[in-house]
Amino acid sequence: MKRFWSWAAFGLGVCYFFLPLVGMLEFSLKMRRGSYSLDAYASVLGDPQFQATFAYSTVMALLTIVFGVLIVVPTVYWVRLKLPRLRPVVEFITLLPLVIPPIVIVFGYIRLFNTSSWLPLTGSSSGTNLLLMLGYSVLSLPYMYRAVDTGLASIDLRTLTEAAQSLGAGWVTVLARVILPNVLVAVLSGAFLTFAIVIGEYVFAALLDRPAFGPYLVWAGGNKAYEPAALAVMTFALTWGCMALIQLVPRLFKHQRAQR
Amino acid sequence: MAFLDLQRLEKSFGANHVVKSFDLGIKQGEFVSLLGPSGCGKTTVLRMVAGFETPSAGAIVIDGQDVTDQRPNQRNIGMVFQAYALFPNMTVAENVAFGLKIKGLPKPEAEARVREMLGLIGLTDFGSRYPFQLSGGQQQRVALARALAPRPRVLLLDEPLSALDAKIRVSLRAEIREIQQKLGITTIFVTHDQEEALSMSDRVVVMNGGQAEQVGTPFEIYNQPCTKFVANFVGTLNTLQAVILDGAEGEVAIAGVPLRLPQAISGPRGADIAVALRPEAVHLSTAWQSEGDVTLAATVSEVQFMGSVIRLKAKVSGGVLALDTFNRADAPPPKLGAQIGLAFTPRDLIVLQK
Repeated sequence: MKRFWSWAAFGLGVCYFFLPLVGMLEFSLKMRRGSYSLDAYASVLGDPQFQATFAYSTVMALLTIVFGVLIVVPTVYWVRLKLPRLRPVVEFITLLPLVIPPIVIVFGYIRLFNTSSWLPLTGSSSGTNLLLMLGYSVLSLPYMYRAVDTGLASIDLRTLTEAAQSLGAGWVTVLARVILPNVLVAVLSGAFLTFAIVIGEYVFAALLDRPAFGPYLVWAGGNKAYEPAALAVMTFALTWGCMALIQLVPRLFKHQRAQR
Repeated sequence: MAFLDLQRLEKSFGANHVVKSFDLGIKQGEFVSLLGPSGCGKTTVLRMVAGFETPSAGAIVIDGQDVTDQRPNQRNIGMVFQAYALFPNMTVAENVAFGLKIKGLPKPEAEARVREMLGLIGLTDFGSRYPFQLSGGQQQRVALARALAPRPRVLLLDEPLSALDAKIRVSLRAEIREIQQKLGITTIFVTHDQEEALSMSDRVVVMNGGQAEQVGTPFEIYNQPCTKFVANFVGTLNTLQAVILDGAEGEVAIAGVPLRLPQAISGPRGADIAVALRPEAVHLSTAWQSEGDVTLAATVSEVQFMGSVIRLKAKVSGGVLALDTFNRADAPPPKLGAQIGLAFTPRDLIVLQK
């Protein structure tokens, strides 16, 4: 009997979560009257605005990931190795983007970096793009930091560093050839989460007036019928794809397979 | 002149004075062990030599060059760690080649060196394996090969055998010593295991409270310990109180039995001194015991069967004496509470200085 109720609760949860998705999927396939078709998907994929905004957000996501890795990996490494007392402080700072609304951050940026400020980043496209990328880095900081921190906690950081140093390696070599390859899976987890966040982000892109995918999603939702459902399914698939990659990537690395 | 010279090394962590005025000269090709209990400063000394800790005072000189202020990666010192510290993302061959790549050795030369090193540790066919595919002993041998590959000036071994099981430990320590002698590399070995230190080293430094209590060959350390600490730490020891009868003649009394020590001792008549006796120097009193042996009456209080050896503990007037006797099937050990005589030769007594 207990088993029955467990399964019933599970079934209810699955229905609650999946039925709206099934409904949305079905709606996205009904663009052609009287039959199921992929017309809505074809319309979305053929839209030049979709292509431009998706490409823009993808490039921004990749730049954010590279910048995030360059900032977070050395920071977490240094804090764990040399400044362990500062860990709670750094953790607190990395959690701030979760409690400060993005709109507050972006207004702060606009006030600080407008055209009449000492660093007028919003005065040019490239400057605003840079500002957007920095904003995305802040948004993804809690996820990237946690992923890298967990990765570094799983290896004997001090001994590996000292072993590499005793063999003649300097700090950059230690980080690039010993530490980073051993936390690559954690870094990739953080990267996929960053990608998922950046692709769907709206507030930063809209208020900085950049041609990103988030504002396009909102625009399509207000102006088209079947395409928004197709877009929602596609973004869901993209996010789930990222989650699946987080699970699958460790299996590709032989030495990581052994640790699992 | 010493090849590796540690001159008045000091190290403090805040108010904690971990290493105090530590002096040691090591000849080229010598194998020296730092032996001591946890917290005695032996690992700190090793880490200062490696460059991972900066001395609070003193100097480290290698082959006439002061390296005290050099960074670890500039010292050309190889190190083997207790936790192996092999790079998990690299194969065995890549691990061994790591230091050679950093040095910029040409690829053919580096490959030849890796083959040579793997041959040296007997793992020629293991080059393409990852560390997780090796046993603990194999991993530590790879760590040794990796440390030796760049031909370092000094090799540091930080309790490299502690994480291994007993059998592997014994075979690996012989292997390490053989490789060290073959390459003639100056080596410092840190351990808290006296058996390892005594069996592998040219010289042993017994450390206590951040200082070297005694430096000597394994034979000297075991047979002529200078201090009570060394005597107690190295091997098992019976410590007895003796009363000076005639210091100039070396005459003392133990448990009321007068005897003559091989050397004169300082101190007034009636003063107490500490003397020590190894368990293997005590034997059960028999009719055939040597002339000059001293016999004390004792009561058996403990019998430990250890296979080939039986350790007995017996109460004598003023203390307990332990003695080791070989196990013989036709001569069972005395039973608990049995009255026995314990005999020893006075020349085996060690007078402890402090």
